[in-house]
Amino acid sequence: MVKTGAREESFSFNRDVVAYINSAAERGVYDIRGMGAKRYLPTFDDLVFLTASMSRYPLEGYREKCETKTVLGTRSAKKPVELDTPITIAGMSFGALSAHAKESIGRAATAAGTSTTTGDGGMTLEERASSKTLVYQCLPSRYGFNPDDLRKADAIEVVIGQGAKPGGGGMLLGQKVSARVADMRTLPEGIDQRSACRHPDWTGPDDLAIKIHELRELTDWQVPIYVKIGASRVLNDVKLAVKSGADVVVLDGMQGGTAATQQVFIEHAGIPTLPALRQAVEALDEMDMIGTVQLVISGGIRTGSDVAKALAMGADAVALGQGVLIALGCNSACYTDVQGSEVDVTPDYEKLGTAPGYCHHCQSGQCPVGITTQDDELERRLVVEEGARRLGNYLSVLTLELVTLARACGKSKVHNLEREDLVALTVEAAAMAKRPLAGTDWIPGT
Amino acid sequence: MDSVGASVKLDLAQTTLRKVNHFLQHELGKEPAGTVEILNPAGAHNIAVGLDAPVDVHIRGHAGYYVAGMNKRATVTIHGNAGKGVAENIMSGVVRVKGDASDGTGASGQGGLLVVEGNAASRCGISMKGCDIVVGGNVGHVSGFMAQAGHLVVCGDAGAGLGDSLYEAVIYVRGRTHGLGADAREEPLTDADRATLAELLSAAGFDYDPGAFTRIGSARTLYHWNAEHREAYG
Repeated sequence: MVKTGAREESFSFNRDVVAYINSAAERGVYDIRGMGAKRYLPTFDDLVFLTASMSRYPLEGYREKCETKTVLGTRSAKKPVELDTPITIAGMSFGALSAHAKESIGRAATAAGTSTTTGDGGMTLEERASSKTLVYQCLPSRYGFNPDDLRKADAIEVVIGQGAKPGGGGMLLGQKVSARVADMRTLPEGIDQRSACRHPDWTGPDDLAIKIHELRELTDWQVPIYVKIGASRVLNDVKLAVKSGADVVVLDGMQGGTAATQQVFIEHAGIPTLPALRQAVEALDEMDMIGTVQLVISGGIRTGSDVAKALAMGADAVALGQGVLIALGCNSACYTDVQGSEVDVTPDYEKLGTAPGYCHHCQSGQCPVGITTQDDELERRLVVEEGARRLGNYLSVLTLELVTLARACGKSKVHNLEREDLVALTVEAAAMAKRPLAGTDWIPGT
Repeated sequence: MDSVGASVKLDLAQTTLRKVNHFLQHELGKEPAGTVEILNPAGAHNIAVGLDAPVDVHIRGHAGYYVAGMNKRATVTIHGNAGKGVAENIMSGVVRVKGDASDGTGASGQGGLLVVEGNAASRCGISMKGCDIVVGGNVGHVSGFMAQAGHLVVCGDAGAGLGDSLYEAVIYVRGRTHGLGADAREEPLTDADRATLAELLSAAGFDYDPGAFTRIGSARTLYHWNAEHREAYG
């Protein structure tokens, strides 16, 4: 109960809930939106590092090297993916994103020495050309999926689910199904595209093992096969992915973003990234697969400290989605035009019923800064060179922050960060991460 | 490996699947390569996947999952039954199953022709994107699910949920249909349909009257999430 003077607002039926019920009652449809969960969730912010002091010594920040090289897919592939940083770019489709956004991402990832990933809808020429290391997704829809692009890929990612909507299929509303997008996906232009939530030619882990074998035969056993899952029953799902033959497990937590899905999915399905990561590492450990099968964690990774904590918890790499979009200019009040001038687009946010900093209207195709749109005029607002510059800077800062923390923990390689380096600030984070509450040796539940 | 003139015999009882597929994918070259026979398949999975050459491949026996997956240009004949996902994502060429096929036949196929002389199990033609599939017998439930483009011809009966969530693919059924899926509907058979059917039946080697088929197409009511409130999604 919230009391304001003589008025009492219900906790259960507060103004937000009343607005939701009124909207549902008036329109008869549920809300669809983009981005990730907005509710409070435990995050990596709830952990802190026990950096070096008397009991161990740190590395000098500018003299002693801290290695960031990352290798993914060592289990079966002849050519594992070798990256200069453990910070990778998550799968986001051309269709959900503009071609300018995809090209900006490819250029920035290449400059940073990391990988980027296709998405539902296939591989574009610009994306392949701009990305030194490109992961090609195999999704339930199989839109644009073909053997020629498969063989151009540096790794293949079989997508079973994503953190924003584990158990749900894809969605691309008609506003974004342009002629080019429709052609790539073999769909009529302008329709609301629905994607299946299950793959068309396999069901369950025994089938998946054969599917993965087929993909290896198709690509001459050259490239790694990733399996991406949304975080829900993590312990079992990771084990089944490994049993199916995955070289790399990509685990997407609840904070992961989407271009469009039902709001009820985003806020009420799956588990947060923090406990999901811990469970995934436990699953690999129980199977004696740590170091054999690599783990990539995604879902709300924002900062270099998030990356460092994820690695310390046991991830081999992280994948970024929403952070990438924000670096490109998502939720900014202005875009920078080709002349380098800043142009205020606050009125365009207002037309969507929102404001800079609050926008999640990726589903609308009316992105004021040209990132999540297929509208030519809006797309031009994202200048590829400027987008690549900004994203490159962001990736650079994350890597610098990562090595700053790793050096302070006395690590000459970022992959030497370990769970013992972390403690929790809250009881719930202590329980979820199974790290002691700071200043104690207490881990709830143990 | 036995080679006589332009004919090559590969025995899966004597050599590994990896060697067989490597030979088919890399050593046939891109020019017409004659005939390849694969002996003793014994239900092995992933035989002859990823071919991209105008070669004639005969698999002498039953094959497992994904036989002739992602086929381009090759003509592959399975002289037996085929497991799940035969010719999945076929791009071009012809794949023929002399016996029956398991579920997901021709899943997501983008081009070419797939013929099943016997029956095909559930979800035949699921998510197909432009290929043509002709089944001599019956198809199982939810065949043509979310089929986007191409033709699925069923010379026998079709199981329940036929054409569920259909996009622009067209389904023809000669026998009984045990229920249509969401958004699928019977439509009048046009002269163009009869011509298409005649061509596909001839290519598949079936001598049925095109006029005896029923056309199933999409009612397109699912093309927009909710037309009345479409603006609300923007």
